[in-house]
Amino acid sequence: MKIVIGEGSCGIAAGAEKVYKALAAVQDGFELGITGCIGMCFLEPIADIYNEKGLLLKRLVRVTPEDAPRIAQAVKEGDLASLGDLAIKDEDAEFLSKQTRIALRHCGLIDPEDIGSYTAGDGYKAIAKVLKEYTPEQVIEEIKTSGLAGRGGAGFPTWFKWDAARKSPGDEKYLICNADEGDPGAFMDRAVIESDPHSLIEGMLIAAYAIGASKAFVYVRAEYPLAILRLKKAIKDAEAHNILGKNILGSDFSLELRIKAGAGAFVCGEETALIESLEGSRGMPRLKPPFPAQKGYINKPSNINNVETFANVAWIINNGGEAFAAMGTETSKGTKVFALTGKIRRGGLVEIPMGLTLREVIFGIGGGIRDGKKFKAVQMGGPSGGCIPESLLDTVIDYKALSATGAIMGSGGMVVMDENTCMVNMAKFFLDFTTKESCGKCVPCRIGTKRMHEILDRITSGRGVPEDIDKLETLCTGIKDGALCGLGQTAPNPVLTTLKYFRDEYEAHINEKRCPAKECAGLRRYRIDKEACRGCTLCARKCPVGAISGSVKQPHEIDPEKCIRCGACFDVCRFGAVVCE
Amino acid sequence: MRETKCDLGPLRDILRDYEGDDHALIEILQRAQEHYGYLPADVIDEVSRVKGIPTAKILGVATFYTQFRLQPVGKNLIMLCKGTACHVNGADGIEKAVCEELNINDGETTEDGLFTLKTVACLGCCSLSPVMMINDETYGSLTPDKAKEILRGYKEG
Repeated sequence: MKIVIGEGSCGIAAGAEKVYKALAAVQDGFELGITGCIGMCFLEPIADIYNEKGLLLKRLVRVTPEDAPRIAQAVKEGDLASLGDLAIKDEDAEFLSKQTRIALRHCGLIDPEDIGSYTAGDGYKAIAKVLKEYTPEQVIEEIKTSGLAGRGGAGFPTWFKWDAARKSPGDEKYLICNADEGDPGAFMDRAVIESDPHSLIEGMLIAAYAIGASKAFVYVRAEYPLAILRLKKAIKDAEAHNILGKNILGSDFSLELRIKAGAGAFVCGEETALIESLEGSRGMPRLKPPFPAQKGYINKPSNINNVETFANVAWIINNGGEAFAAMGTETSKGTKVFALTGKIRRGGLVEIPMGLTLREVIFGIGGGIRDGKKFKAVQMGGPSGGCIPESLLDTVIDYKALSATGAIMGSGGMVVMDENTCMVNMAKFFLDFTTKESCGKCVPCRIGTKRMHEILDRITSGRGVPEDIDKLETLCTGIKDGALCGLGQTAPNPVLTTLKYFRDEYEAHINEKRCPAKECAGLRRYRIDKEACRGCTLCARKCPVGAISGSVKQPHEIDPEKCIRCGACFDVCRFGAVVCE
Repeated sequence: MRETKCDLGPLRDILRDYEGDDHALIEILQRAQEHYGYLPADVIDEVSRVKGIPTAKILGVATFYTQFRLQPVGKNLIMLCKGTACHVNGADGIEKAVCEELNINDGETTEDGLFTLKTVACLGCCSLSPVMMINDETYGSLTPDKAKEILRGYKEG
């Protein structure tokens, strides 16, 4: 038997490496291996037990190093039933069984550090087939049939970009993979690179062949050290197998693939800013046109796609564009990977065919909201996206339908919020982010986002005035129309969508000086419930400003004039007598 | 003339790897920082001299990207995640607790040089949120008290 530990970044952060070491220390009569991200972050660390034929016998979840001896014992004796308490529950297993995995097809199944594990299946068969049987035009045609669109967020047809780069004059062309996954709350690309780096390489090989590039870069976020490490190894192994380098697999096609680590700038997810960064400069976007297909890296024709887009390519070649197009909706084909996080019961990586509703993903796969709380909104598309309210949960996942809500498909971050999340504060959070990440090249973004952030800060701290909402709307329109690049043009989306669906919360903050979700510290009011108070004096002792008075065993009282609303009394009260309203 | 404080030998070795490459400034700075822990002024001057890039441009790049530091960091670097998932799950409260415990704000180093606090946009382990990383160790599902306790552990060594 073989025990395989899920060692993606999340798994390691949850303690997978320690579990691996503990098992290695008691290893006896079984093999031990690793795989990438299984996608069920809420159950990490995960240990899968396989038989000799590679069949999954049992999946153990939330394993601790202390469990290692009895796992080893059970595996040695073939008594897996004794591990019942660690086995995954049926309802949790549904998290995976309800998905359709194409981009993530190997994630959690193969060893990302072993090229043999990739080629044992259909790995590198697609590039071999392409080199033997396809002209570059035929590859582009197949991708066109599949309907694959850019998974980085904008949803631009992939074949169109490839075709433009192919037809662009010039004999030196570049292929670039955008792995600068900057949206906070999104980790799909990281998971693909950490768990299945060869499928990214294979997708890039096919794309490079199609557009006629002989040099390629993967631009990876520096915050993803494990992804960089595994990709480096994968590139080295592919070179050793003549899958990268000169005359690949005996053909006259050559490709040199290099990794460039980003240095931390959200704007570098924008393709022209990314090119600037590749050239060693500050990541400031260029005016388009010329598009990268005409003048990209060092002014040569270049094509940029996202990691997930490339991860679909080999599958499309192996299974045909039509099989891919058979999934999804009229306007959006195939599947999409989402990083489901926030106040969700079952969080992790979810890949589903386009056309499912948000409700099916959040409640069907994710299991709904944690701790019995009420769903309030789901944030999609990160700082460029928006918040979708409960009334629109039956919206289907499709580029067009999601854009109609004011949010966007985005790269795949799906952050779920419950009744305790203040939507005005959420908008402020994103504006704080875009203000810091604005590169400063154009005025509407540099100054506009700053002014918006100031207004939102004023509203959440109780100093808002009724004109603020109008001012915000004016600024939103101005920035959308005037900003140079995608970062600025979409920066108002979190404000626009929250104003559209949660206007009452803005009004409560401004007119009643009240935060309905009780999240904004400056607007909270604390009082002591005289019935519940036992007079233990703990709150009075903890209050940093001496705002609480009362004698021992007598109900206490908070002086609202002195209170600074820090919540210290609320946190320490053991009788639930301090009420926050 | 400013006094030269650091040994530029290792930097010159790094620069040798990029001879003739005019697009490698970010990679050079990344490797220099990996070696020196931050980007001392001498290092920037030397990169400028060897590569023929104006110091202003190098400083422009070094201050544009969040990864680069112009000051040395404390013994323990705390990266506190303030991504969306962490925000929704209470990262503000964790930041407040860390600041209180160490008596520093974001970007600052404690007087004893033991800790530097840096908030970051997303560490990518959203399911464990709220999260912080101290050096290479990740701590998830934090509460303000848990965060303080972890820091005290580091203080005691």
